[in-house]
Amino acid sequence: MSASAGPLPQTAGVPGRGRTAGQAGRGARSLGTYLPAILVFVGVIVGLELLGNLLKLQTFILPKPSAVLAALGANWSTGRFALLPSALNTLQEALLGLVIGTVVGLVVAFASARWASARGILLPLAVAANAVPIIAFAPLLNNWFGLLNPLSKALMAAVLVFFPIMANVTRGLVQVEPASLELMRSYAASEWTILRKVRIPNALPYFFTALKVATTLSLIGAIVGEYFGGSATVLGRMIVQSASALKFDVTWAAILLGAVTGIVFYLLVALAERVVIPWAAALRGDT
Amino acid sequence: MTAPNSAAAGPVVRVAGVDKTFSRGGRVVTKALEAIDLDVVRGEFISLIGPSGCGKSTLLRIVGDLTSPSAGTVTVNGKPAERARRDRDYGMVFQAPVLFDWRTVEDNVKLPLEILGWNAARRTARAREMLDLVELGEFVKHHPYQLSGGMQQRVAIARALAFEPAILLMDEPFGALDEMTRERMNDEVLRIWEQTGTTVIFVTHSIPEAVYLSSRVVVMSARPGRITKIVDVDLPRPRSEDTRESRRYFELVTEVREALRSGGADLDDAGTMAGTGSIDRAMAEGAVG
Amino acid sequence: MATATATRGGLAAAAPERATGGRRRRVLSAVLVFVAVLVVWEGLKFLGGTPWRAPLAEPGSPILWNPPFRWAFVNDLNLPHVWNIGLTFLQPWQRGADRNVAQFLFDAALFTWREAALGFVVGATVGLVLATIFVHSRLLERAFVPYVVASQTIPIIALAPMITYAFGGNIASVVVIATYLTFFPVTIAMIRGLRSLDPRALELTRSYAASRWQVYRKLRLPASLPYLFTALKIAATASVVGAIIGEGPGGIANGLGRVIITYNQYYITEPEKLWAAIIASGILGVVFYLIVRAVEVAALRGRPGAAEG
Repeated sequence: MSASAGPLPQTAGVPGRGRTAGQAGRGARSLGTYLPAILVFVGVIVGLELLGNLLKLQTFILPKPSAVLAALGANWSTGRFALLPSALNTLQEALLGLVIGTVVGLVVAFASARWASARGILLPLAVAANAVPIIAFAPLLNNWFGLLNPLSKALMAAVLVFFPIMANVTRGLVQVEPASLELMRSYAASEWTILRKVRIPNALPYFFTALKVATTLSLIGAIVGEYFGGSATVLGRMIVQSASALKFDVTWAAILLGAVTGIVFYLLVALAERVVIPWAAALRGDT
Repeated sequence: MTAPNSAAAGPVVRVAGVDKTFSRGGRVVTKALEAIDLDVVRGEFISLIGPSGCGKSTLLRIVGDLTSPSAGTVTVNGKPAERARRDRDYGMVFQAPVLFDWRTVEDNVKLPLEILGWNAARRTARAREMLDLVELGEFVKHHPYQLSGGMQQRVAIARALAFEPAILLMDEPFGALDEMTRERMNDEVLRIWEQTGTTVIFVTHSIPEAVYLSSRVVVMSARPGRITKIVDVDLPRPRSEDTRESRRYFELVTEVREALRSGGADLDDAGTMAGTGSIDRAMAEGAVG
Repeated sequence: MATATATRGGLAAAAPERATGGRRRRVLSAVLVFVAVLVVWEGLKFLGGTPWRAPLAEPGSPILWNPPFRWAFVNDLNLPHVWNIGLTFLQPWQRGADRNVAQFLFDAALFTWREAALGFVVGATVGLVLATIFVHSRLLERAFVPYVVASQTIPIIALAPMITYAFGGNIASVVVIATYLTFFPVTIAMIRGLRSLDPRALELTRSYAASRWQVYRKLRLPASLPYLFTALKIAATASVVGAIIGEGPGGIANGLGRVIITYNQYYITEPEKLWAAIIASGILGVVFYLIVRAVEVAALRGRPGAAEG
């Protein structure tokens, strides 16, 4: 079972990768791994296109992929639904939120890893925060920082980003194998040395897992903030406005743009993870 | 470093009247060690053997100042154990290799040298030298997870010896290995010990292993952990396959086994008790945490 | 090695949680945090807030305390007094109404919870079915799991208006959104959970010539329960988020999502009401979480050890 079980998809990982025993035969294996997914993608696109041609009615809510692409081209940078500037504005809010949430999350994580009493208070708080629909705070942030201020959206993103980063990095810093700590103790290593040589490297995979989740959360935070009012040239408003104008091809084009942004954002972090901590990927078995 | 078996030198480690009790909520739960006295001579290879729960791992950890005794003293080179730890007198090898996945094999060996503040060139030279010693010179750039269990343990030994500690403390280092690998590792450890002249304290479950390796075997009994007998191993060195087949070897194995029996131990067939070491450790951790 | 790999891979978030620390201590620290927040909150207002007046007093009423500083972020608009937020629950929910805010929010929360719970059940079922399929078919797993993951890198919230139009702006659309947010954590966790079985147990059943269904029913499913509940706790909150978000564009008038939007429009005059609605959302999320947690405790009693859940 263990041999044939293959990859264990993770909350934030990229599953569906084959466990390659050695370096040889990697190319062939990965093609076999990705082929079914690629076929599904092509199949869905072709199917939607054919469906759109057969049933004219369907195109209203579910336009043909070609129509969505056409709408994307037509509304790329100008007009009432200028999609590119909207996406860039939303991305900017999300990025700002990601940076703020990550930095604050890291600072708090290091503090709570250092002081057990802080940990005793902060980790239950993080669990509680997980149970609270934080997005309900979006209108409040809009009121605090100004409806038109991108910061009000960025901070919604930051709040969503903060908790997974803080909780995961704290775990990574604290959940070090006891034997590793004993080894460092036998070297009479200082707390600072242990932090640098053991705890931080140990926390890096935890950090990247959280960061991958955080990329998505930052976009969600930004778009939710946009729903509760603000600048019109943002993806969230584009989606709502085009839908209420019954221009669903534009709506889908905007969603597509948001999806691509989200996936690219995620993949960039996944790539960074590969570069920074190659050993972690090897350990998981997705070489 | 002095040559091995130079028994004339004074004790490197002196354990005097050590007790260790584990308590929970102010109540003594286990008496792990009672009235332990032990002198370890410079360059000696000494084994601690006993049934699970006899506190042999705890004793080793007390010597290494990873936990403190409830009573009694440990003196290392004439100083308290804590001072010895701060002076980096100990090289530790645990049952698990405890290698860091994010470091290459070479960088793992360099870790203690970094902490000791050696410069980069010297670190590299020493790490290479130590890895050659454990015959892993080809694997310097590998990561630990690319090596077998036996190879990982050899890296751990190379790391423990890299900064020439006065004493090598080994806590069931080969307990997780299969019998064949274990015997090979035993020869390896003896070869290294003979080359470096380090003092070794070695905890094991395996009677053959203890006899084969040691100059003395300390037999312990359980609850409370006590030293019941110290067996002098007068087998000639260097030891080899022939040693394992010699008459004297069997006599000594029998002597240790009988000492264990009379100590009330119901030791299973030696070397098959892979899981039991964790009990010692669990108890020890209960005391620390 | 498998477990070590999993934890080192930083996947602790998805693994079943372990209870740490005593229950009493956790409750105590939660209360402590709560009190600390209130103290800091009112302390800041004491130093730099709007001049203090009697609770729920009209603007013209006498000033009881004049703070030495004026900080915008702690004025009565941005950070109302906690007692005013508390008392607003007893106010009429709108001018002239005979029901108070608490009753109104309770009804709204119940309404939203029904949507969320429906989405939660549908989403969990979908997740369970998908995971079961993926665990048994390598081909389908490879074909579809990348899209299950990709679906979550898309800001789902962006889909909400579209789903609303597709499903006619009624409760069904809200349930669909809640479902969408729920199925993912369950799918991913159950793929892991259904495979978490000890390989030796699987080999044993092979020697009994047990059928796939028997293996699934007797071994895989019980073994996956801790994973399932970890996912369900995440899904409980996610379904509430989905319901609240879905109500906005859906124009559902009876739920918390709509109440938040409405009270947001009156923020300038009555900021306390938006706070009350947000607090109600928080309580709804926590209560749903605790319900799932209680079921988990009951279902997993006696573990670890026994395979039968």
